[in-house]
Amino acid sequence: MSDLDDLYQEVILDHNKSPRNFRAMAEANRKAEGYNPLCGDHVTVYVRLEDGLIKDISFEGSGCAISKASASLMTAELKGKSEADAHQLFDSVHMMLTGDTNAESAAGKVGKLAILSGVCKFPARVKCASLAWHTVNAALAGADRPATTE
Amino acid sequence: MKAQQADSQTGLKEFNVARVRDDFPILSQKIHGKPLVYFDNGATSQKPRSVIDRVARYYAEENSNIHRGVHALSERATTDYEAARAKLRGFINAQSEKEIVFVRGTTEAINLVAQSYGRSFLNAGDEIIVSAMEHHSNIVPWQMVCAQVGARLRVIPINHDGEIVMQEYGRLLNERTKFVAVTHVSNALGTIVPVKEIVALAHERGVPVLLDGAQAVPHLQVDVRDLDCDFYAFSGHKMFGPTGIGVLYGRAELLEKMPPYQGGGDMISLVTFEKTHYNVLPYKFEAGTPNIAGVIGLGAAVDYLQTLDWNQVTAHERRLLTHATDALAEFDPVKIIGTARDKAGVLSFVLDHVHAHDVGTILDQEGVAVRAGHHCAMPVMQRFGVPATTRASFAFYNTVEEIDVLVKALRRVLKVFG
Repeated sequence: MSDLDDLYQEVILDHNKSPRNFRAMAEANRKAEGYNPLCGDHVTVYVRLEDGLIKDISFEGSGCAISKASASLMTAELKGKSEADAHQLFDSVHMMLTGDTNAESAAGKVGKLAILSGVCKFPARVKCASLAWHTVNAALAGADRPATTE
Repeated sequence: MKAQQADSQTGLKEFNVARVRDDFPILSQKIHGKPLVYFDNGATSQKPRSVIDRVARYYAEENSNIHRGVHALSERATTDYEAARAKLRGFINAQSEKEIVFVRGTTEAINLVAQSYGRSFLNAGDEIIVSAMEHHSNIVPWQMVCAQVGARLRVIPINHDGEIVMQEYGRLLNERTKFVAVTHVSNALGTIVPVKEIVALAHERGVPVLLDGAQAVPHLQVDVRDLDCDFYAFSGHKMFGPTGIGVLYGRAELLEKMPPYQGGGDMISLVTFEKTHYNVLPYKFEAGTPNIAGVIGLGAAVDYLQTLDWNQVTAHERRLLTHATDALAEFDPVKIIGTARDKAGVLSFVLDHVHAHDVGTILDQEGVAVRAGHHCAMPVMQRFGVPATTRASFAFYNTVEEIDVLVKALRRVLKVFG
């Protein structure tokens, strides 16, 4: 498979076309906005956090296929997880995307998100894939300023 | 060879693009195994060998500081530095070399005017007019000075083709207008702005005008006296010269009354702890050791551009733009953003359901370098209701065949995204 096919796999194209949990959430008690100032990508992540558990999570915004699919996959993966699990997953995903030397072991810990591992061969696109993750981090931390990938 | 044939309609000898391409070493390389198709000239242009060699020769044979040494190398460097200033004066037909201030680039040139002129001569309640298609570098410096002095920024709207609405400009001009700053050629849309008319209308009210020429100098022959502008800002790296060097042209009588932008060496004539006397123009605005190699390299870029027949260059670039516009028009999912009647070689477009970043990544795999994003012109993107565009921006060394490669690569994008 070429690098490009690796990047734009069927699952990613599908999540881009029909993103899961793509909606605003009125009952959210955590919310953050994220910007990628390089390309103007913009995402808002909504979280309903109850007793340290992510009861519900959704997002909306505009961006490229990679950022949209990554956000969609993220919400599917995080729903029902604890806050602590979410942080751990963030670290593993980040390692996988940036091609960290421990990336292989990281890929083992990310489950379905391993589909995004092709991104590490496209350094310019790493921020597209990590935007939603930075944003959910900010939402969980209750940050009052927009997250950025910088 | 086809390129040597005369154009049957105009009688103009065709531009010899193959010969020109040989002057640019970078163009012969392969990217991901495919010949490089460089369509990101709006971001920065490639450099001819003569410019690269000139910069190298400066460091190898002449490197020394200017305007201070009595030794031979310093004299040589000073002479070449000032010779470049003379070339730049000629390049834009300024009246005097005093009016050519070397800066880092267009951004610094605009900041210089905003801070030096703006903070001295703009007051609370005054209005500064910009257009809706400015690059961030011709918006933010004015917002900063507005915040500093209490002035107000007014924006000339653009129509759906990406042209300035001149009637609205006329309406915005009033007794509070104290400065006008507009682009000569839009970096995001390619629109060539009728700046001469804009300047004339402002001057009827005695209002000075700055033109952002960053995207104009690589495509048009600029004559600041004909345009009658008060300031003209441009960058070396977009006109086939080195990065980190640019020019602020300013009308001498305005530069004379403006305070220095930065303080330091070279911009003074006498310093005591009681008082400092500033140097004469243009040195008053060139504090510190300048980018000497950059200036000399920029002079070499001007020399290079002057070897070209600009009637041929213009005809060639028009052919590229027409060919690309026609080719993209045949793609149903493609929409061109920026359809002004008068355009330079910039083609911004969006694809249905495919984000510019994805387009950019796939084109890159085919060796085609384009810009994908908001082009530092977020208000333009907002005006057209798109988050980003893909931009192919041409230079005279591009070919019609390269546009066909772009078209083929776009087919691959559509295939990936079904």
